[in-house]
Amino acid sequence: MKLLTHNMLTSHVKGVTKGYPLLIKATEVTVREVEFNPEFVSRMIPKLEWSALVQAADWIGHLQDLPTELVTDYEKNEDFLRKVHRVLLEVEVLEGCLQCPESGREFPISRGVPNMLLNEDEA
Amino acid sequence: METCLENVKAVRRSKEEKKRIRKQIKASHTLLKHEGISTVSNPTKSLVVANGGLGNCVSREQLQAVLGEGGEVETLIMHPHKPYALVTYTTEASAQNVHALLNGRQLQCGDQIVTLYLSYVKTVDIGKSMCAALPPGLVLVSEFVSLEEEALLLDALDWTSRDEEVTVQKSLKHRRVKHYGYEFRYDNNNVDKDEPLPGGLPQVCVPVLERCVGDRHVDFTPDQLTVNQYQAGQGIPSHVDTHSAFEDPILSLSLGAQTVMDFRHPDGRSIAVVLPQRSLLVMKGESRYLWTHGITPRKFDVVPAIAPKSPAAVTSDLKDHSNLTLSRRGTRTSLTFRKVRRTPCDCAYPSACDSQQGPAPPSPPSLPISQSAACRLEAEFVHSVYEEIAGHFSSTRHSPWPQVCHFLSSLEPGSVLADVGCGNGKYLGVNPEVVAMGCDRSSALVQICSERHFQAFVSDALNVPLRSGTCDACISIAVIHHFSTQERRQAAVEELIRIIRPGGRALIYVWALEQDYRNQKSKYLKETKEQADAGSSTDHHIHGTKGQTGNATEDHYTAQDLSGLTNCCSMVQSGEESPVKLSIHTNRTPFNSQDLLVPWHLKSEGAGGSSQGTRGEEKEGRGSKMAKDTWDVTSSPSPVFHRYYHVFQQGELEELCVRVKGVTIQSSYHDQGNWCVILEKTGD
Repeated sequence: MKLLTHNMLTSHVKGVTKGYPLLIKATEVTVREVEFNPEFVSRMIPKLEWSALVQAADWIGHLQDLPTELVTDYEKNEDFLRKVHRVLLEVEVLEGCLQCPESGREFPISRGVPNMLLNEDEA
Repeated sequence: METCLENVKAVRRSKEEKKRIRKQIKASHTLLKHEGISTVSNPTKSLVVANGGLGNCVSREQLQAVLGEGGEVETLIMHPHKPYALVTYTTEASAQNVHALLNGRQLQCGDQIVTLYLSYVKTVDIGKSMCAALPPGLVLVSEFVSLEEEALLLDALDWTSRDEEVTVQKSLKHRRVKHYGYEFRYDNNNVDKDEPLPGGLPQVCVPVLERCVGDRHVDFTPDQLTVNQYQAGQGIPSHVDTHSAFEDPILSLSLGAQTVMDFRHPDGRSIAVVLPQRSLLVMKGESRYLWTHGITPRKFDVVPAIAPKSPAAVTSDLKDHSNLTLSRRGTRTSLTFRKVRRTPCDCAYPSACDSQQGPAPPSPPSLPISQSAACRLEAEFVHSVYEEIAGHFSSTRHSPWPQVCHFLSSLEPGSVLADVGCGNGKYLGVNPEVVAMGCDRSSALVQICSERHFQAFVSDALNVPLRSGTCDACISIAVIHHFSTQERRQAAVEELIRIIRPGGRALIYVWALEQDYRNQKSKYLKETKEQADAGSSTDHHIHGTKGQTGNATEDHYTAQDLSGLTNCCSMVQSGEESPVKLSIHTNRTPFNSQDLLVPWHLKSEGAGGSSQGTRGEEKEGRGSKMAKDTWDVTSSPSPVFHRYYHVFQQGELEELCVRVKGVTIQSSYHDQGNWCVILEKTGD
């Protein structure tokens, strides 16, 4: 699971109103190089919840020097775009779990795949 | 100042009040939708207590205690496994009291908290919720043996086995068992008719058997006895005693403790029968030949709280106001007396008779008429099948459909795309300029996506864990036809629309009833077995592989489905119409109905070698119905799985989509045997 995907995911347990962002408890994280495409990253940034990305990167120990506030004019800031590229597309959580911030329900991540299936009474 | 504070309080209170009322209304809607219980707004003597049910671990005693706060309770009905209770007070005033007192009341039940919501109901219709009494042909005689006789029998059948030479004694997985007269063999569910055990039946049984004959429960003397001993928590899988092995009827004496035996008709009806201690059960006719019987392994049973007047105490029957409660099981010894059959069985139930057609298949499932039945059907005939066939399925799914690719290519660079029901992820990489995420109910298929370095997660299409409005587009290719009710199909469309932003688009493909559209046969119909084998077709729906496993077999079952449609289900409160049996489709032929099971012939290599294995459980008679190979009576080299489909008629997909709010249909078309729509989400 990349942090880009994590940024879109939310807890969907019945009755939960504040299920976002899902807390990441990672036991295994990997970094896999992906070709850098500045236009692509620029297009993604407005679609992100920036604070959730920063939190996620922090939880899995890959915050490094990613600014906690979104910089202005990022389209031309290659250095910044590279940092975003790395946390968004190259860092992957392989093992661990995602936890609903409201209900505490944990969703396992195994071999890079979050299992978000709910039990009958949670749906 | 004080008045000001009080005003604030009043506002707060009314907020809580509003919230409670909202929840109460929601609970009454749920009751109507799932249980067919309609509530009324004006006060009556009767109320439905949402969440206060045995199914929510609320005990009768606990509920009675709080209901007593309102006044004198006349009747309290608690159905087994239901999340609600029905209460009637002697006066309307008491009902109004309790309505005011208990709405929103929380009960601590085990480790969970249950919130009660009460609504008035016109009447508590016991008659309607009552099912047919006992299965036809079943007789239950209480107090058939005296306490003294019981002690004598239990002592004589002592398990410290003094009589090894005349019995065969075994410890099965779920109970202890021994046989007299003939050994019952669990490998073929029959007896060796030419190899009687020495000694016959124990002498101590003779008076009991004489009474059975004298009271005309049987007109023969049984010559085979199987003794089962069940500890609390033990049971026996559902089965029909092999027709060719034993005559009709079969007798069963319950000693030591009572239990609850579940009888199930192939059409889905089920009746739980309390077998009291020292009672005799006579299974004759339909109840012996067609209904399965079994004992669920558990430590507590749901039973009537007061012994009913009639001997047949049927838990789901709700006679005597169905005052149900929980009863702890004790150690029960059952004596099953049977007579070995010397001629082939010629009963009136050929669909369940091994003498009349070889090993008979269990009846195919019915079209679901409730939400829970729909979930069960999909779990067995969609989810678990895909999990089993994932590897083989994926190997036949490598060519994306051109029209779907066209849609994907039309998305703007940087778009966020969700593929809900992504299978092996064949569409996730089509347009590298978009961010594609896939989800699927099958973790085996999602794992394949992950190995291809696609972003994917496991989730249900009715509950996609994506923030609302995050996606610019989504696709649902060959997914929605796996939902077995119209409500669920609509809910699946609603979920797709929820996750896209206003102005975003959704592409939906479902399988079409019309495979021969505008005089053009779909690729599915035209496809040869060889093509299907090679997986060369662009068609999504390739169902055959090496399957030479008779279409005749499948036809045979289809024909049988129709003949097997007998009486209807009386258990379902709202379901007056008979459940429709699903027919089994013959691969590469036109569809003859909209709801059907489509066989999948699993190639052994590369996919689920485990699928052939038995479940490691003893089987007596015909076991549980399963989505896999149990219907394939020919010894096929490849196991056959059955997937449920609802194939769409022309116009049906559009009708479904216009029911969803905030959607316009951009276009709709027929593509190679599928109905397809492109939807746009309007502003919200």
